[in-house]
Amino acid sequence: MPELADIWNVLLLRDYNTRLVVISTILLGCACGLMGGFLLLRKRSLMGDTLSHATLPGVGLAFMLALALGGDGKSLPLLLSGAAITGLIGCAAVLFIREQTRIKDDAAMGIVLSVFFGAGVSILGVIQTMPEGSAAGLESFIYGKTASMVMSDFQVLVLVTVCVITCSLLLFKEFRLLCFDETFAAALGWPVKFLDILLLALITAVTVAGLQAVGLILIIAFLITPAAAARFWTNQLARMLLLSALIGAASAWLGASLSAFFPRLPAGAVIVLVAAFCFIVSMLIGTERGLLLRCLRQSHFKKRMGRQHLLRALYEILEGGRVSEELNIRTVPFRQIRGRRTWSDRQLRDCIRRACNEGLVEAPSKVDSILLTEAGLAEAAQVTRNHRLWEMYLIEYADVATSRVDRDADMVEHVLGEKMVTRLERKLEAYRTAGSLVPQSPHPIHLGD
Amino acid sequence: MNSLSKDSSTAAALAPDAKSLPLRIRDLTVAYHRKPVIWDIDLSIPAGKLVSIVGPNGAGKSTLIKACLDLIPRSSGEISIYGRSYEKERKRVGYVPQRESVDWDFPVSALDVVAMGTYGKLGWFRRVSKDSKALSMRALERVGLADYAHRQISQLSGGQQQRTFLARALVQDADIYFMDEPFAAVDAATERAIVELLKELQQRGKTVLVVHHDLATVPQYFDWTVLLNMRVVAAGPTEEVFTQENLRRSYGGKLTLLTQAANEVVQSR
Repeated sequence: MPELADIWNVLLLRDYNTRLVVISTILLGCACGLMGGFLLLRKRSLMGDTLSHATLPGVGLAFMLALALGGDGKSLPLLLSGAAITGLIGCAAVLFIREQTRIKDDAAMGIVLSVFFGAGVSILGVIQTMPEGSAAGLESFIYGKTASMVMSDFQVLVLVTVCVITCSLLLFKEFRLLCFDETFAAALGWPVKFLDILLLALITAVTVAGLQAVGLILIIAFLITPAAAARFWTNQLARMLLLSALIGAASAWLGASLSAFFPRLPAGAVIVLVAAFCFIVSMLIGTERGLLLRCLRQSHFKKRMGRQHLLRALYEILEGGRVSEELNIRTVPFRQIRGRRTWSDRQLRDCIRRACNEGLVEAPSKVDSILLTEAGLAEAAQVTRNHRLWEMYLIEYADVATSRVDRDADMVEHVLGEKMVTRLERKLEAYRTAGSLVPQSPHPIHLGD
Repeated sequence: MNSLSKDSSTAAALAPDAKSLPLRIRDLTVAYHRKPVIWDIDLSIPAGKLVSIVGPNGAGKSTLIKACLDLIPRSSGEISIYGRSYEKERKRVGYVPQRESVDWDFPVSALDVVAMGTYGKLGWFRRVSKDSKALSMRALERVGLADYAHRQISQLSGGQQQRTFLARALVQDADIYFMDEPFAAVDAATERAIVELLKELQQRGKTVLVVHHDLATVPQYFDWTVLLNMRVVAAGPTEEVFTQENLRRSYGGKLTLLTQAANEVVQSR
């Protein structure tokens, strides 16, 4: 096991051997996160995968070309250009198949992705058999070989990251509209094709620059995962992109550092796993769309509904059973409340227990009856009144009501305004038989047994 | 001599200056994969009209609008907006696409979407200014969504989403509007709000073309109607064009139910 001090040295970039590698991957993570956001929202995730797989034949061909020209074949700019060219050809092939035939997107991508990858593997095989060229090192494009990154890789990544950040800042508005409503952008006269190609070019640049680090199989995960994770935290594009870039950078930093200690762990895989971990955490506890939040909201809503049902049931029983002056005798037998709604014994007892804790009702003895407290009565009257006003509103304004009824509003007046409420109350008067605290229900109330 | 000058003046009245015609389509044909969707469309829309474009499913209503906006290539024909090509006059054109054409889960607020209507007048790289934001806010107020400005668009109801799109067209501050089914799947309150808005636009001298589905409301909402079924069956003032005969010619056998609607309409006149 590595010493704690060593771990700190790597994480804080003090270690000379790993500094370059870690900084490079952080830059890559940042660029990937940013571009991944657009890729995700443009619904082109699989296109990114096709693109990365289609880079392989380009790497092989560029290597052969370099050999033919008399070099050793390991010229990085040449290899990356080759990768970019076949990558883009792959994308063009998908678009061509989609536009010109009746084959759908997913099938077109599946075909192109595997055919190009197969071609790439074959070309690497051919290179292996060539006497002058050992293809050693070229496989690193498939799985990535972070530890072998050198100064030239770093320079490429700096260049790409700067390009990506600059373009995202300058063309934020343009890319946003392109991703959201392409047709409208075209109607405004924007060069949608050009913007689309520019975005694709940037994604290609990121992909190609990341081949060395995480490899062509995993780069798609590095593009999409941080963006998908960021979406759980915010509903604003700018924040989402920023967060996505941060998550990408953080995953890269942690992943690359971790793999520095365990040389058998390929950095690309570790980085992707860290990003996946971020994704799972975000999915669970994301503050805008996380699952936990949704569950909490649902259970909160259920409890609130249960409480309102209980209070209204109690109030209506009291109201139906006696004249209003006697409302201060407020005990109601359990079985009578039970008969009011379709709740089970357990659900009802849960509701009562919670209402007890909030001081709205009391269950004085173990006998099966409950008592509304002063506070409980006030709230029950309020809840019942609101409910009846909403019902009346639905009856009177059926055509517009559905979009405005907000049963959860504490005060009807907040949504409908004082005037409307006065009108509704007057309408409800018609149903009133005896004086009571709240307007009468607009329909007969079913009494429990 | 006298009669001659009279003749020429009538001719001028019949064929007004092309520049004053918001939309003029001549000989338009659009085809997808060699299958024509709309044929030989000839159409002139006078200024200040509320125009409904009606016809059965697959009649090419959306296609017609998209062709006017240069969104799809045309196989033949000529379209002029105020006498010039769309490219030259696009700043005078507002567009409301079909609501389903975008992903409402996209991370933007209602205000962001409305502000997109100002993008056409903004240059490249330029950010949305405070003025444009205020303009967008006012448009949201006009469609009754001021309280929802900062909501993420997926939290809006269908009718509210539709009104957001309308507000975006309003900030385009155009002279002619193309709206693709703004009444699709909206509640009665939204429908009323949209109609009011359309009439207001008309009062301000704007021309509005609306793809519409509900035959029963055509005479009530629109004063000009284009009946379309791949070709133009009839076009003109609604009271002249919206006849049972014309409806049958555009809807063919599908009209059994619709005849009833048309009858009601005729009787109600």
